[in-house]
Amino acid sequence: MIIVIALKELRSMFASPLAWVVLAFVQGFLANVFLKQVDTFMIIQAQLARTPNAPGLTELAIVPMFGAAQMVLLMSIPLLTMRLISEEKRNQTMALLVSAPVSMTQIIVGKFTAMVAFLCLILALIATMSFSLLAGGAIDLGLIAANLLGLLLLGMAFSSIGIFISCLTVHPVVAAVMTLAVFMGFWVIGLAASDPGSWLNWVSISKRFEGFLDGYVSLPDVTFFVVVIALFIFLSIRKLDSERLSA
Amino acid sequence: MADKDHSLTLSATGLTRKYGNNVAVSDVSLALSKGEIIGLLGPNGAGKSTTMKMITGNLAPTEGSIKVCGIDLIDDPIVAKTKIGYLPEIPPVYKELRVNEYLKLVAKLHKVNSKRLVSAMDIAKERTGLTEMSQRLIGSLSKGFQQRVGIAQAIIHEPEVVILDEPTVGLDPNQIIEIRSLIKELGEDHSVILSTHILPEVEAICDSVQILHKGKVVFDDDIGGLRKFRSGKSIQASFRAPPTKKALEDKLTNAKISLVREGVYRISGLKLEDDPTDAIVQHSVQERWGLFELVGAQASVEEVFVELTTQDV
Repeated sequence: MIIVIALKELRSMFASPLAWVVLAFVQGFLANVFLKQVDTFMIIQAQLARTPNAPGLTELAIVPMFGAAQMVLLMSIPLLTMRLISEEKRNQTMALLVSAPVSMTQIIVGKFTAMVAFLCLILALIATMSFSLLAGGAIDLGLIAANLLGLLLLGMAFSSIGIFISCLTVHPVVAAVMTLAVFMGFWVIGLAASDPGSWLNWVSISKRFEGFLDGYVSLPDVTFFVVVIALFIFLSIRKLDSERLSA
Repeated sequence: MADKDHSLTLSATGLTRKYGNNVAVSDVSLALSKGEIIGLLGPNGAGKSTTMKMITGNLAPTEGSIKVCGIDLIDDPIVAKTKIGYLPEIPPVYKELRVNEYLKLVAKLHKVNSKRLVSAMDIAKERTGLTEMSQRLIGSLSKGFQQRVGIAQAIIHEPEVVILDEPTVGLDPNQIIEIRSLIKELGEDHSVILSTHILPEVEAICDSVQILHKGKVVFDDDIGGLRKFRSGKSIQASFRAPPTKKALEDKLTNAKISLVREGVYRISGLKLEDDPTDAIVQHSVQERWGLFELVGAQASVEEVFVELTTQDV
């Protein structure tokens, strides 16, 4: 049943130009960053060869692209999650799902699954770009794997927050703006948390993500993301349930 | 109804729904057996849609219980919902999907066996006259066809109880006739609950009727009872040389007389025992009023509502 809902959602996403525009934007922007980094690497390659323990191709070309991907997800995920629930309410199609023998949990998880599938598509594009460097040199596959995992977890956390905010309103645009504002808030927390001892570090999504950029897959970081994802999925389910009870 | 199966498919008792201190629906009970069509009638805001939302699990009742084929909707919603088909006021269609894609999605959501999927879709499309539209985008269909897609959606999984919220709103007269005959057909092997504010519609298709007003049931009877209630209430008389209203009132005591248009009077507020027909004819001949038409008018929806709602409920 979750799969049925997820497939429907993907179909709706790709029926509108939005999903295509987002994919094109993500790919265009990241490809630009990537090429620029590869270019820089080519220029300073000779210097690097003389430096002991110098960063390699992966650190210089691929990791910055993942860093940029964080900003790209921050801006594009609100556009993708905004309509997931709010539009169902606005068009009164929520009644179809609620009257069907489907639980609220299945509805939310189904929609979340569709978002994860979409994220995997973005990750596949990024991975393809990264692996294209295999043609010309050696890259650190472990580091790339850590980066991909980090980006996936980040995207999933953003998606669950976006879905929850989409539950709160019937206007997709309002949902998008609110989601973007929340993500910006997280980003600002990340900027403010310059002191490594500060508690802000602990709650900052971007600081958590930076660990993955450096290639550290630490249990606390993974747990942090999993908890955020689970929390907002749970809140979304509760929100829909409470509407049935009180609205 | 005597020859039909009397096993109850839906029983709702004491449904109450409050929004804060505002009571939207108060103590509504419904019992429906297989092959029965019930009409929920009421002016806008009477609580028809709220009642239907509760029966379909879209809204939790503040009080009361709902059983679908003996399964409690609140305790076991997933099983109970497989037995219900619901068309909300606004058809819940995804405009970006094709009719076929949409019906397939709905069938899967309602757990129609994958072997039966294609035939279930074909049957639903045939019954609602959508076969030709299979490949059309729902968003490009007219309102009437979108309404049919909504109905197809409600019956695709062959539910025991079909719940239709104002199914004929926004349709043209031909479509209304088609949809009504479709509902009658559905009523043969499903139970149907229908809401409307059109009284003749209820008389045309329903077996029994409940009239809601301000969230309360003010009338609950079978269709014969409704007819009896409506008829014999007033008479419409047309004259070539009409008397003044005063003159008519003098002749017909204890009747209420109102002018419909030039030469046509409506005589109402009558009791069955003192039928004034003879008196009118007699007076007309004596006074040369030129009576040329005398119709036993049925009470209109508004009159029925007014009468029911001004009674001590």
